[in-house]
Amino acid sequence: MRIPCPFCGERDLSEFSYLGDAARQPDLGADLAEPLFKAVYLRDNPAGPHEELWQHLFGCRSWLIVTRNTVTHEILAATLAQQAMRG
Amino acid sequence: MYAWRPKCCRRHCANAVRYSLINLVRQALSGHQGWGPAWRDAEPKRSYDVIVVGGGGHGLATAHYLAKVHGIRHVAVLEKGWIGSGNAGRNTTIIRSNYLLPGNNPFYELSMKLWEGLEQDLNFNTMVSQRGVLNLFHSDAQRDAYARRGNAMRMHGVDAELLGPEAVRRMLPFLNFAAARFPIQGGLLQRRGGTARHDAVVWGYARAASDRGVDIIQNCEVTGFLRNGARITGVQTTRGDIQAGKVGIAVAGHTSRLAAMANLRLPIESHVLQAFVSEALKPFISCVVTFGAGHFYISQSDKGGLVFGGDIDGYNSYAQRGNLPAVEDVCESGMALMPAIGRVRMLRSWGGIMDMTMDGSPIIDRTPHAGLYLNGGWCYGGFKATPASGYCFAHLLALDEPHATARAFRLDRFVSGHLLDEKGQGAQPNLH
Repeated sequence: MRIPCPFCGERDLSEFSYLGDAARQPDLGADLAEPLFKAVYLRDNPAGPHEELWQHLFGCRSWLIVTRNTVTHEILAATLAQQAMRG
Repeated sequence: MYAWRPKCCRRHCANAVRYSLINLVRQALSGHQGWGPAWRDAEPKRSYDVIVVGGGGHGLATAHYLAKVHGIRHVAVLEKGWIGSGNAGRNTTIIRSNYLLPGNNPFYELSMKLWEGLEQDLNFNTMVSQRGVLNLFHSDAQRDAYARRGNAMRMHGVDAELLGPEAVRRMLPFLNFAAARFPIQGGLLQRRGGTARHDAVVWGYARAASDRGVDIIQNCEVTGFLRNGARITGVQTTRGDIQAGKVGIAVAGHTSRLAAMANLRLPIESHVLQAFVSEALKPFISCVVTFGAGHFYISQSDKGGLVFGGDIDGYNSYAQRGNLPAVEDVCESGMALMPAIGRVRMLRSWGGIMDMTMDGSPIIDRTPHAGLYLNGGWCYGGFKATPASGYCFAHLLALDEPHATARAFRLDRFVSGHLLDEKGQGAQPNLH
């Protein structure tokens, strides 16, 4: 697998570390128990395209949102997480 | 010469020919024409008392114990491919019960006891070999942790021995004692642990279940669930709808996909775990050895191949193949532990899809839907659990209450906070 880091270009898998599903974290509202349980423990775990967080650990150290097919390992897109989270 | 077979196969009556010395001699004298198939490749009926989805070791074991222990014989096992084509055929065949936590240990010890009597129970040679499982430690802290685990095991009635470096050296003199970056300080040995033949386990359970009237239906993929209000009343399959009193799913690796058909979101991620086998060598590794300074486990099969593996690749995957960084990591660990294997050629590698739960422990429980039961989340450890998993899942399906040894494997433990975190890594599946 090679991931196209928006900063560094296409780099080998071994330079990255994986965090997991890039689903948005809950808003910090009044009752957190239920939303936190869902955010911490539950996953969609799809077979197919999956948005996930990777860090280019041995490169620019940016956090990325990578869209990857979990059945074929094809990388469909990679954007800077900072931009995606702002937008 | 097959004239006897169709009649016998259509009814549940005739048991498969018993495997015994007398029958071996008898069959030899008649040219081995009378053995017959080991199990019936059944056609789906319209309804069953219980449907088990997944024709791997766990599903077939469930069907066997449903029929044998609970007398529920109107059972179907549905398999989307052929039986044993998933993780049952993609593991490293290790059996052990060296667990620390009170929620885990009695369950895995039940499994070990079932392994010890499995061949007599199934009348099938599953090649259970209690050659020992040795977990090496490489630091004082790790020694303390293993001593604690060993003590916990012994308090549960499980065998455990803490070995010093000299005892390990006597067992496995070719390990890297001299120039190691992480010198071996000893190991925790479970002599009753070992290996079993994975395909034989699948076929043994299939034969024994089929003998008691269970229908094993291959090439039958579940595509949805039948409902009556909130209750699950059957499954939709590629071979038509089938009604059932209860549906149990045992499809670890793909549990999330099946659960999604019932609108369930689970605390599971699917990850790929690679395993490897080398060319065949003369016998030199006498037991199962694990490397404590990395994640690496190795044993030698009866054919002589070294069977070994390490960490999961670490990212969600449903592809039954992994990438090179994990291969490199496993081989580096192997070289650090036993440099002697450096010139051995790797024969094959393969990947299996692991249900990685958020605490590294499995789930055997009811679901929020009446009539639907869940067995999954086996992480790295599905194979050794096969007999107890089937035994406890059958208990749950038959009696609607968890078996005493599987009470901790609840689906709602993530809500209530009663996690079963054997490794102490928290809710990060790729670290378990």
